[in-house]
Amino acid sequence: MAAKRDVRLTVNGVAYEASVEPRMTLVDMLRGELGLTGTHVGCEHGVCGACTVLMDGRAVRSCIMLAVQADGAEFMTVEGLASEAGELHPIQQAFIEERGLQCGFCTPGFMMTIHELLQETPDPTEEEIKDALGGAICRCTGYESILKSVRSAAKKLQALG
Amino acid sequence: MKPVSFEYFAPTSVADAVSLLQEHGPEAKLLAGGQSLVPLLNMRLARPTAVIDVNRVEGLDYVREDGDALAIGAMTHQRTVERSELVQRVNPLLHAATRLIGHPQIRNRGTVGGSIAHADPAAEYPAVALALDAEMRIVGPNAERLVPAADFFVTYLTTALEPTEMLTEVRVPALPQGTGWSIQEMTRRHGDFALAGAAVTLTMDGGACSDARIVLFGVGATPLRVQQAEERLVGERVDATLMSEVGREIKTSIDEPLADIHATSEYRRNLAGVLTERALVEALERAA
Repeated sequence: MAAKRDVRLTVNGVAYEASVEPRMTLVDMLRGELGLTGTHVGCEHGVCGACTVLMDGRAVRSCIMLAVQADGAEFMTVEGLASEAGELHPIQQAFIEERGLQCGFCTPGFMMTIHELLQETPDPTEEEIKDALGGAICRCTGYESILKSVRSAAKKLQALG
Repeated sequence: MKPVSFEYFAPTSVADAVSLLQEHGPEAKLLAGGQSLVPLLNMRLARPTAVIDVNRVEGLDYVREDGDALAIGAMTHQRTVERSELVQRVNPLLHAATRLIGHPQIRNRGTVGGSIAHADPAAEYPAVALALDAEMRIVGPNAERLVPAADFFVTYLTTALEPTEMLTEVRVPALPQGTGWSIQEMTRRHGDFALAGAAVTLTMDGGACSDARIVLFGVGATPLRVQQAEERLVGERVDATLMSEVGREIKTSIDEPLADIHATSEYRRNLAGVLTERALVEALERAA
């Protein structure tokens, strides 16, 4: 076993420190070491998008990044969407209203992907939405409700300014 | 944990990365964006004894205009290339190819040098590197060398890089004004690796073709330049009949591609011809 290494990172504004084997993936550290189980593990080879988190504001696959590579970076996961008082984020609210989820397994990855999209493109075109969501797979809801959720979330966020 | 156990290093300079490669030998692997390597580690198809992470190496993240070429640092993210107005202006083919790589989440991590050094024969960057006569700047223990794309891609996932060398920069000549271009590919799902693809450039001069480049990907062990087809175009007034003939000839002239669960060899050959014709049609429209 290779020597463990210390990783210091920020997740949802909270500083964490963990000692991990170099071969541990980021998603395994988030779930297993930090207890942040909102991020889901799907295909584990970067295809399904369930494990998507934001690293320094960019949507990345946490299953194909090593935990040791996260040292010094700032992350946001699905747990960081709602306010501390428990008020849902407009993206979450939109998913409920537009029925953007059934089993919910893919939902955290979709939401983080949408978060990046709407941060950069507050009023995305249909094409831009589909391009961003192309990197996430849902096997039960059907994409139409998810597309509706994105459009609704965009409106909600724009109304908030 | 899925990968085998390995030693991990995160050097901050090219010199340190190269000496780590020397120290750990051919069982060491460089880790760039990791969008191909980490899946291979997770599936234990790759079992390196040492992983040398070059994400903290300084000075390899840039896109600059250098004479009549673009100089792109090996650790430049594909997303940076996609968003670069400079790339869009100087080399729209490179820009269009970037948009076909995986998904935004992949391009946020994936790097230019990583994709080219990985040399997947179905990937876009190796194909456009060959179509555009890119050169790879390679640093080894004692010297630095520039290798043209034509000599760089050796076979499946194998390049001219020696085990102790590292790719540091990719130099892509500007697409000459007036040269038409196109990249076409067929994927099972948006963002997948191509079943087959074609990257084409076409230069027209006074109504006749003065230069053509046709590179296929996903149909061989490396990106495949089809000089025979290029020669059919040069000197000719390119019209629909000729482009269709060239496409048809490609279907019968290229070596049989490997078949897999996604496509038969015959289907891939047929696709290569169809996509070449489509690419030629689009390139001709764009040629001034």
